[in-house]
Amino acid sequence: MRFIPSCKEVSELLSQAQDRPLTLKEKLALYVHLPLCEGCRNFSRQLGFIRSAVKRYIERDDTPRS
Amino acid sequence: MAANNSIKGSAQASDPAALEQFRSYLLRYALVQLRDQTAAEDAVQETLLAAVEGGAGFSGKSSVKTWLTGILKHKIIDHLRRQSREQPLIAAGHDERSEAEVIDAMFKDDGHWESFPASWGDPDQAFENKKFWEVFETCAKLMPAKTARVFTMREVMELSTEEICMELGITATNCWVMLHRARLSLRECLELKWFGKL
Repeated sequence: MRFIPSCKEVSELLSQAQDRPLTLKEKLALYVHLPLCEGCRNFSRQLGFIRSAVKRYIERDDTPRS
Repeated sequence: MAANNSIKGSAQASDPAALEQFRSYLLRYALVQLRDQTAAEDAVQETLLAAVEGGAGFSGKSSVKTWLTGILKHKIIDHLRRQSREQPLIAAGHDERSEAEVIDAMFKDDGHWESFPASWGDPDQAFENKKFWEVFETCAKLMPAKTARVFTMREVMELSTEEICMELGITATNCWVMLHRARLSLRECLELKWFGKL
């Protein structure tokens, strides 16, 4: 990985951050990339949204709406 | 309040009629994971049966719903194990390559996004919209079966990657690639069909 990682690499790290703790080096890579890149910041927020959406999807009709 | 819930829970846990109210939730849970109506209904039926028979196993520490979900999880994993013995889903090689190809297609050669993820504003508002859930369902169904299975094992059943790898006999790297691909395609589809249109 270059000093400033690419969006592709960052998207991979952001995804894996949802599945395992990142190493210090990986966190640093995000730290240098994210402030410069709105696209990846949006992607990062979207990952959180997707995670909660899956849960909401299953829960959604739980209480019958009248 | 907690004590009340627990008493109410214990009564519910051994009452078939009270357990029925969770059927549609359980079915949705099983269906997302198994993608097969009959298999999902079977798993839910077995769960409710096991719950009624073992109602005493309900400790009152969690809600009845959490307790039932725990039973269902085991039924689903049993089903997945049976299924993978009968018809191994993981035909490696070709599939793995195509997962990586899907990811590659979303980025330029220099690693920049092919189309930059846009801001979704306050996306949680979509939760209230019935149409959004139709789009969400459509987007989720675009994933190939194997990808969807790994994704839902992680996001619905909340298994760790280690557990998923063990169940499916795949490597951790393979697992991360599939999850990355699943999230990227779901994201792209939601932006294309929903958030990009607001």
